[in-house]
Formats: sequence, structure tokens, C-alpha cells
Amino acid sequence: MKSLKTSTNITKTIIYVVCIFLSILSIFPFWLMFVNATRSTYQIQQNSVALFPSTFLLNNWKILNGKSFNAAVGFMNSMLVSSGATLCAVYFSSLTAYALVAYTWKLRQPFFSFILAIMMIPAQVSGIGFYQMMYRIGWTNSLWPLILPSIAAPAMVFFMRQYLMATLSLDIVNSARIDGAGEFYTFNRIILPIMKPAMATQAIFTFVLNWNNLFIPMIILTRREKYTMPIMVSLLRGDIYKTEYGSVYLGLALTVLPLFVVYFLLSKYIIAGVALGALKE
Amino acid sequence: MRKKGINYAKYGYYFSIPFVLAYLIFSLYPTIYTVIIGFTDLRGLGRTTFTFLDDPFENFKLILANDTFKKSVVNTAVIWIMNFIPQILLALLLTAWFTNRRFKVKGQGIFKVLIYMPNIITAATIAILFNSLFGYPKGPVNDLLMTLGILDAPANFHMQEWTSKGVVAFIQFWMWYGNSMIVLIAGVLGISPTLFEAAEVDGATPTQIFFKITLPRLKTILLYVLITSMVGGLQMYDIPKLYLWGGPDNATLTANVFIHNQAFSGSYLYNRAAAASMLMFLIIVVLSIAMFYLMRDRGEQKLRRQERARVRALKREASV
Repeated sequence: MKSLKTSTNITKTIIYVVCIFLSILSIFPFWLMFVNATRSTYQIQQNSVALFPSTFLLNNWKILNGKSFNAAVGFMNSMLVSSGATLCAVYFSSLTAYALVAYTWKLRQPFFSFILAIMMIPAQVSGIGFYQMMYRIGWTNSLWPLILPSIAAPAMVFFMRQYLMATLSLDIVNSARIDGAGEFYTFNRIILPIMKPAMATQAIFTFVLNWNNLFIPMIILTRREKYTMPIMVSLLRGDIYKTEYGSVYLGLALTVLPLFVVYFLLSKYIIAGVALGALKE
Repeated sequence: MRKKGINYAKYGYYFSIPFVLAYLIFSLYPTIYTVIIGFTDLRGLGRTTFTFLDDPFENFKLILANDTFKKSVVNTAVIWIMNFIPQILLALLLTAWFTNRRFKVKGQGIFKVLIYMPNIITAATIAILFNSLFGYPKGPVNDLLMTLGILDAPANFHMQEWTSKGVVAFIQFWMWYGNSMIVLIAGVLGISPTLFEAAEVDGATPTQIFFKITLPRLKTILLYVLITSMVGGLQMYDIPKLYLWGGPDNATLTANVFIHNQAFSGSYLYNRAAAASMLMFLIIVVLSIAMFYLMRDRGEQKLRRQERARVRALKREASV
């Protein structure tokens, strides 16, 4: 019995060492990014690994903003796109899910099968047609083509449907009907509040997904004042920032700072959401 | 039974209208449009008019014969495999550790938060960050390796084919193993605890429990992780595009980077890019069908259960 305990202890030590190593592996690149954002190009050239910040933050900021990169514009555009897309996706997915759960209609089952079938198809595969269509109607360099497609979010409808089936009792709907409430009113006033927990989880993921999206915005947006954060970031790979190491790190840090804040505030829900999303039950 | 009272069925249709409209306009139409462009001569910046080619499959033939496209597909597959195998192995190992009742690992919450973190950070930013980290001749990775005495002189990671592929695969691995781990842990927590208790009473070792109980029960979840990762991997774009723009010598050029380059640089070959997209689309459709059968069974079970509950509720109503 004693040997079993010793071997358990050895294994436990290995587990902790590996987990701590992996945690450091997750943090270290970002730590370097934030620290180097405060160091001068000269300091970084002397030694690019430093554990503690320096004093050149303001200087780097001036160089960064003196060129093509504009954090404020990128932030505003990304905020508009991500919030708009999240609102659309959450509201209309809930509505569609409600249609699938609360009503018995002839095409319900085929419609649900259809949603399952298109769930995995990513937007990138139709990128060329999407671009041509937007170009024709003059919607390139507009944020609408990045927001409105979220009204049809098959994966979220699927998730919301599973959630509604587990939580919705049709008695509530029936009693609302007896009280004379219209169907649309019932959905907005009674069903939406019930769905809040599921909506919150899905909202976080949709927001982050849209914030990080690069492929479609890169196709649609060509004017700098319409750039979202990820496209703005790609400017940092350009030649004009080639030797401005400190500013590049600062630019990178700025683009992900909001994500870090959101993540550490909501990590508990995000982790739970990832687990839930996979089980979809 | 359905005939009593007001007919509410029409609201099922009404409430599905926004979804259906948005899908038709923003997904189905562009998809069909892409297919059509694949058969035409549409090329050149700003062009929207086109005529169909005499040989409708010319674009497809040219793309299939294009060495760069072939290379990009092989690259996509190679980089995906280089990331997925270590990813799933590490995720399984961590799952086995975190769910083992004998080890009772403390601080799991904080480990999960930190290990998952890279997954939500903008891939575009991470690509450029790693480009700086692996910088040459001065860069954090080179500096560290030289301080530790592993390297004598700084290595130019960006110039060699396999180190570039390796870094792209590593970034994908590093961003996604936490996600896979959390999904797998959720899967293990869904297994009935009595199974593990029974095995423990019978004197099974943790290794035996993992291989004889946990793994077989995780089959569906593992398949889910595999397929979602494959579909995502086929779309790999942000990291290879911004890490080295597909270089050096197309070593990190993936299918999606190739498609984007065809359509939005050089001579703006929308038609070739569309044909290439459709070829990738076919692969994804096959994978999606697999996924569809995987998810459908569980969805239908639920529906049947709900239907029974509805009938019961109606009966109760009728008896009152």
C-alpha cells in the first residue's frame, strides 16, 4: 500500500510540474508582449527577453500612432461589428429556436435537419461569391456585410434549441395565451428572460469570434478608416514598422487588451461554455 | 389533438423567416454565386461581368494541375496533422490527470483558465507576435536558446521550410489543446460515476480505467473534436497568412491563403479562386455529413422525448 502511495505522489509531482510549465507557456508570450511594449527599440535589440517593464510606453505610443496604425479606429469598428453581430445572432437564434420548440408545424423536422446539415459549413468557402455580391450592391467598405449574416447562425440555433427543450415548460406559454398575450409578445417578454443564461454564454463566444475574424473583413474592407482590429494588426507586419520593435509590441498588446479583460472577468463562464458547447445537451 | 383551439402552427413559420431570409441572402446565394464564377472568365480588379467558358471545367482543370495549389493542400494537411496529433495526445493526458479520482489535482480551475487562454486571443495578433518572438538575428526565442546554451549562433527560423511549418503547427497546437482538453473533460464528467466506482472496487489501476472505460466512452466526443478540428484546420488562414505570408518558398502556404492570393492580388483571378474554394467546399461537405449523422441521433432522441412529454401534458389538460 505504501509503494502505491509513493508512486501516486511521484505522479502528482509530475502532474503539477507539467501543468505549471504549460501555464507558463500560455502566459509567457503575452507577458513578453506587454513588457516589450514598454521598452525602447534599443533595449529590445540589446536583450529581447525582459521580465519587468521599462519606461518607454509613451514614446512607443507616439511612434505607433505617427504611422498607419490607428488603434482607436480599429477598436470602434471592431466594437460596432462584434456588438451588432452578437445582438443579431443571439436574438434571431433564440427566435428560431423558439419556433422549433414551441410550435408544431409541418416543416419543423426538415428545417431542423437542414440546420444540422449547414452547421459546419464555414463562411470562407463562399467568400468569392460574397465579395462579388457585396461589390455589386456597393457594400464593400461597409460594416453591414459583417453584421447582418449573423442573423442566420445555425450552430447557435442548435444550442438554443437544446437549451429551450430542457428549460421551457409549455404551461407558461399556455397561461400567457390565456391571459391574452400575443405570440410575439410572449417570446419577447416571457421566453427571452428564461433564455438569459444560454444567451450570455453564446454572446461571449459570438463576440470574441467576430472580434477575431480576419478572412471576410479582409475581403470586404479596403479603406483604412473601416479597418477592424485584426486588419489593423496586419499593418504591423508592414515595412514601415520593421525596425520599431517597441511600437509593434505595443500595437499587438492594444489589440488584445480588451480580450484579456473580458477573459479574466468571465473565464468561469467561458470555460463552462466550451464544455457545454461540445456536449450540446 | 392539434385541431383544438387556435392554430398556432403558422407562428413556427413566421418566427423562422428572419433566419431563412438571412441564410438565403448571405450564405446560399454567395455559395451558388461562387459555384457559377468557377465556370466563368471572371477576373481582373473591379470586374463583375462574366461569360461562361467554352470548356466549363477549365478553371477546375487548371487549379487541379496547379503545383502551387497542390502544394498548398498538402501543406494544409501536413500542418494540421503536425498540430492535431500532439494536441489530442496532450489533451487526453491532461484529461486523464484532471479527472482521476486518486490524484485529486488541486488548482484545476486556474490551470484550465490559463491553458485555454490562447484560444480566445486574436489569431492575427498571435501570428505577428510569434513572428517577433522567433525573430532573427535578435528575438526572444533565439536569445533564450543561446542563454541556455542550446544554440551557438542565432537560427533563422523564418528561412527554413520545416521550422516555419513547425512554428505554424505549434501555434495551432498551442491555441487549441486547451479547448480539446475542456471538451474531453466535459465528456468524461458525463460518464456515469458508478462505472468508475465499480472498476475501482474490482481493483483496476488508473491506466486500466482510462483505456478500458474512459476512452471507449469518449468515442463520440473524440470524433466530434476530430471533425471540428479538421474543418477548422482546412480553413487555416490567419496564422499562416500573417506569420510569414505563406513563405518561405510557399512552405506555409495553406489552401485558404492560396485562394485569397489568387482572388485578391496579382491578376485577381476570381474564377480560379472560386474553383479552388469549391474543391475545398466538397471536402468540408463530406466531413459535415459525417458530423450530421453524429449529432442527428441525439437530437432526434430529444425530440421524441419532448413529444411524449407534450402528449402527457395535453392528456393532463384534457382530464382537468
